[in-house]
Amino acid sequence: MNAIVESITKEYNNHILEVSTSQNETYLTVKKEIIMKMCDHLYHHLDIPLVCIFATDERKEEGSFKIHYVFSVDREDAFIILRIDIDGKNPRYPSITNKVAAANWYEREIQDMFGLIPVGHPDPRRLMNFEDWPAGVHPLRKDFDIKTKPPRIKGEYAYRRVEGEGVYEIPVGPVHAGVIEPGHFRFSVAGEPIINLEIRHFYTHKGVEKLFENISLDKAVFLAERISGDNSVAHAVAFCQAMEKIAGMDIPPRAKHIRTILLELERIYNHIGDIAGIATDVAFSFGAAHANKLKEDVLQLNERITGSRLLRGMNTIGGVRRDIGSKKDEILVSLSVIQRDFRKLMGLLFSTPSLMDRIETTGRIYNDIAKGLHVVGPVGRASGIDRDTRRDHPYAAYREFNFKVPVSKAGDVHARTIIRGDEVCESIALIEQALWSLPEGEIRIKADDIPDGNALGYCEAPRGETIYWIRTCGNKIERCKVRDPSFCNWLSIEYAVLDNIVPDFPIINKSLSLSYSGNDM
Amino acid sequence: MTVEDEIEIMGQRLNDKIRKIFGRSLHIREVDAGSCNACEVEVNSLSNPIYDIERFGLHIVASPRHADMLLVTGPVTRNMELALLKTYNATPAPKLVAAMGSCACNGGIFADTYASMGGVDKVIPVDVYIPGCPPRPQAVIFGLMVAIGKLEQKIRKTEVRS
Repeated sequence: MNAIVESITKEYNNHILEVSTSQNETYLTVKKEIIMKMCDHLYHHLDIPLVCIFATDERKEEGSFKIHYVFSVDREDAFIILRIDIDGKNPRYPSITNKVAAANWYEREIQDMFGLIPVGHPDPRRLMNFEDWPAGVHPLRKDFDIKTKPPRIKGEYAYRRVEGEGVYEIPVGPVHAGVIEPGHFRFSVAGEPIINLEIRHFYTHKGVEKLFENISLDKAVFLAERISGDNSVAHAVAFCQAMEKIAGMDIPPRAKHIRTILLELERIYNHIGDIAGIATDVAFSFGAAHANKLKEDVLQLNERITGSRLLRGMNTIGGVRRDIGSKKDEILVSLSVIQRDFRKLMGLLFSTPSLMDRIETTGRIYNDIAKGLHVVGPVGRASGIDRDTRRDHPYAAYREFNFKVPVSKAGDVHARTIIRGDEVCESIALIEQALWSLPEGEIRIKADDIPDGNALGYCEAPRGETIYWIRTCGNKIERCKVRDPSFCNWLSIEYAVLDNIVPDFPIINKSLSLSYSGNDM
Repeated sequence: MTVEDEIEIMGQRLNDKIRKIFGRSLHIREVDAGSCNACEVEVNSLSNPIYDIERFGLHIVASPRHADMLLVTGPVTRNMELALLKTYNATPAPKLVAAMGSCACNGGIFADTYASMGGVDKVIPVDVYIPGCPPRPQAVIFGLMVAIGKLEQKIRKTEVRS
């Protein structure tokens, strides 16, 4: 870690204003003119992924806005955070999207939420504030009251236009045919193959980050659970870990094991649900029925051990709220049955020619695209990106267990299905290890007062790397940045569908398993 | 009583009601007006082989134009308000609206923000509220049963008037 920071400070010595370190986070305050060059250097030359960009409004304390660029040094379990100051009176800063494509949506998000303009951004359209929002509404600025209801004005979103002989558009959404979340897809098609797809999201934008600043700490965990419903545990754990890091708290080992079990149960039902979705979308109802039944088995197991089918209400700052140690035998027995049935199911799916025909070579995301957009989670791993927060930045009790991180290079729907299948088996093995070695003792420690400070919380959700950055002040949350894995992965769908036929879109979409709510917040 | 037994009993009662009022089946269009997707997980569960609501005469359809009932989730975000209104207007009368989940009932934890309308009944009329975060599939089935009873009342009222 020191070696990397040293080499950067040596190279950019004149441009670095301040260096500070807290635990595994190194903050470098740099001049804004150099930011594009530095990000490019870190991202492309040192191969350190950019996992999040966010802004903070510190006009009251320091008279400026700040933008943070979070890089994850996976090999050394560390984070480098570059920070630039932006004058409140002239809120402009250089965009890095032209060099680092992964910055695209972050910069547009900051533009809407804080009114900071990324100069030179190739696509400066609005993202969260739709065109019917008046100009100058920037909800995450400190002087914006959360209860303000901005009036509607006239305005229309400009889609990219594709022209040519026989090219037509298919608009889909936001209210879809299936039971899924709202979002708009606009296909440009010539015959059957898709030649362009433009997604437009943020229909479910609820103002979560602003809400974090306006609720008490005990409620904040519940809010984190409701950012992306099927990733409730992952969000709650990432949130709690950030708070515990600020407080310098080490939670009891028993709580760490229970968190690990909950996280893996969540991964199991999500992955089985995604596999069911793929079987449904290729009209293989027999396989889908089996997979859906298995998913229901896991949901009922969840309910029996925690009281919530989606494992909600279990996590809290300082540990977990309910002990599941007494249900050990029940969990082990249920999981062994689920594992037996799941193996049979995967055998059935992969020996069905009508299914294989639809998923092989479909919806390819090539490694360079995946790297450029910073695609995370099983989708990234299916495109050859060997990253997993559980292994690279161990948290909860993952340091103590053995597990494999399956990786494939094919990048198609088939590869993503295989990766999910392998991960389910790994998850079951992880739960067994956690249960067999469950330590005795407390399950939570008291956490009434959280000191002022800031820290990163991170977690490998079923969809991939989830990042929280929290700053506390006076036992309240001053700023909470949430980065759901879907925020990184959504843009990859525009590439995955190219040259595929329209009827394959639902399969590709399902195989990427994207959350709209986690993305829009 | 196991989950399966509960479902059988409730399902049969529901089926009898649907048969009496609609002749055969009730068509539902699910609308996500900004939920966190937990309610969608449970709506999808309704169609799995354990609950399998189709066998009781409940059918989830692709378009509001085919629907007797809208099952709305989420606090209704500002960005979804117009889409929800359009969906409501596209549903033929007599229609039912069920608000599913705490957010849909009164905005839930998201009620007080710049981007949330704070509940489905702020935008369209609601017949039945199904609380829960998310409601269990059993609760959803019970809620649908109450909603159908309400439609029965609605139809009777119009008959008395005419």
